[in-house]
Amino acid sequence: MARITLSKLAHSYLPNPKGESDYALKEMDHVWDDGGAYALLGSSGCGKTTLLNIISGLVHPSQGRVLFGDRDVTNAPTAERNIAQVFQFPVVYDTMTVRDNLAFPLRNRGMEPGYIAQRVAQIARMIGMEAGLDRKARGLTADAKQKISLGRGMVREDVNAILFDEPLTVIDPHMKWELRTQLKKLHREFGHTMIYVTHDQTEALTFADKVVVMYDGRVVQMGTPQDLFDTPAHTFVGYFIGSPGMNLIDAVVDGTHARLGDQTLPLGAAYGPAAGRVQIGIRPEFVSLSATEGLPVTIRRVEDVGRHRIVRASFQGRDLNAILPEGSGLSPDLTRMVFDPAHIGVYVDDWRATPLGRAA
Amino acid sequence: MEKTVNHKAWFLVVPVLVLVAFSAVIPLMTVVNYSVNDTFGNNEFFWNGLDWFEEMATSERLHAALGRQVIFSAVILAIEVPLGIYVALNMPKRGFWASFCLVLMALPLLIPFNVVGTIWQIFGRVDIGLLGHTLAAMGIDYNYTNDPVDAWITVIVMDVWHWTSLVALLCYAGLQSIPQAYYQAARIDQATRWKTFRYIELPKLKGVLLIAVLLRFMDSFMIYTEPFVVTGGGPGNATTFLSIDLVKMAVGQFDLGPAAAFSIMYFLVILLVSWVFYTVMTSLDREEAR
Repeated sequence: MARITLSKLAHSYLPNPKGESDYALKEMDHVWDDGGAYALLGSSGCGKTTLLNIISGLVHPSQGRVLFGDRDVTNAPTAERNIAQVFQFPVVYDTMTVRDNLAFPLRNRGMEPGYIAQRVAQIARMIGMEAGLDRKARGLTADAKQKISLGRGMVREDVNAILFDEPLTVIDPHMKWELRTQLKKLHREFGHTMIYVTHDQTEALTFADKVVVMYDGRVVQMGTPQDLFDTPAHTFVGYFIGSPGMNLIDAVVDGTHARLGDQTLPLGAAYGPAAGRVQIGIRPEFVSLSATEGLPVTIRRVEDVGRHRIVRASFQGRDLNAILPEGSGLSPDLTRMVFDPAHIGVYVDDWRATPLGRAA
Repeated sequence: MEKTVNHKAWFLVVPVLVLVAFSAVIPLMTVVNYSVNDTFGNNEFFWNGLDWFEEMATSERLHAALGRQVIFSAVILAIEVPLGIYVALNMPKRGFWASFCLVLMALPLLIPFNVVGTIWQIFGRVDIGLLGHTLAAMGIDYNYTNDPVDAWITVIVMDVWHWTSLVALLCYAGLQSIPQAYYQAARIDQATRWKTFRYIELPKLKGVLLIAVLLRFMDSFMIYTEPFVVTGGGPGNATTFLSIDLVKMAVGQFDLGPAAAFSIMYFLVILLVSWVFYTVMTSLDREEAR
């Protein structure tokens, strides 16, 4: 087990990358703590899998270094890195039995037969396949095969890290929840560094201590689920995390106030002058309805989703959402939206701006 | 909707029936006719029952040819299948050299059989052939027209040269269809090169290998042109395989009756072996689907 350090790492699939847009992964410096449970979150094609494959050594980075602990493994082959990885689609050894599939990584490392048997039994219990251990892996259903892949990923105890590349895509919802719980339990028990790639925020937020959000080949934020919710560092994080995502409106920020057309809003802090596109962002959770103050909006519809209500409205042609707690009243005269100043963020060219100091 | 009964549709099948009749059924029936009759020319036939079959089934000449044939097929399969797999594993997977290798590998398959024979016949000649002359110059006593062992080696090397490409190309196609994830998983699991081959590549190649073995078995069991051109079945009868012997009997000695009985038995043997292959293949498929 080891801390994983990515130093000045970047990757392009082209032999001679010209500009930044040729890079699937833009230059990054990150440290992944030993024993952490990380979720790598982002939309399809943002470079999640590339990053994972670089860590496991399946892809050699165009530039930069990968370190396990203090050892530079940039040029080390996959087998030497002692990493487990589970892929999006099941990979099983067809001609082997389920038992042999699970034992394969251990046998390749020349473990004791007694230890292998005990470890395989343990993993089989975990993935719920004790009964079918002597069956051929061929002809099993896709989710059974994926469980074998997961089991094979977890069977080695001494791995430096376990990487999961959207492993639950083919598993049915009930089993998904159970396996995720098992992974979490395994993590608490053995303390492996785990990196879990997904584009499903629920999966990411329930699995990980720290969520790493990637956007367009870049890590835009690395933090706890609470950090991502309270202070998204990038508009993508604001929009991607949360349901519905953060409200973003173009504005002119002037010290402690923001101007939106003819309306003026107080901000929780003072901001210096900024060049570029300026937006203010606020989570729907911190928006409330009022009859007298705030922005005049046109309410288009109200969705009752049980625990709360989502109000969908528009302001000067832009969508605005508010989440109202259960039991809050709705009436036809509530046609204005109020933003809680403490939770308004200012974004310049999509990145969160830091305030100059708290407003008086 | 009412089904229209129209037996005129059968006329649509007639062209195929006629074609198959002329290309297969009628010639085969002629052979059957010859095999149960004796003839002294003038298109006069005398009923001979199963005597020709009995004679052929106990003929030492036929047994010897069959033995040579079985050894030949076994040897070329034992060489071409592993060699073809090995070549396929080492061919470049993409880019210019992949196309180049594919074309290069396909070349022997495009050469007419008698030309292949002629190439090797000249290639192996001690007086003017590149191979024969070089070997002689190196002091190796090689002469495929005199020495049965040399003749066998020449015929086998020729067949390997001619047909390994087929096995290699089939395996290459099979290998290309294996998703990258399998190789990645093998690297993660720290599998050795041999284990990757044994547990990933070989199982995925099983289908194409069965086809390759079936095709190579049938073709090698019926081989005629190439050895006929190179050795003419000699020296002596050393490389007289079944079809060469059959042609000698039918066209050389004009023993049409025994030759016809011989052909039918020959045909049945190939049919039997192919059927066994087919059964094995389909039963494996069924196991797969289970």
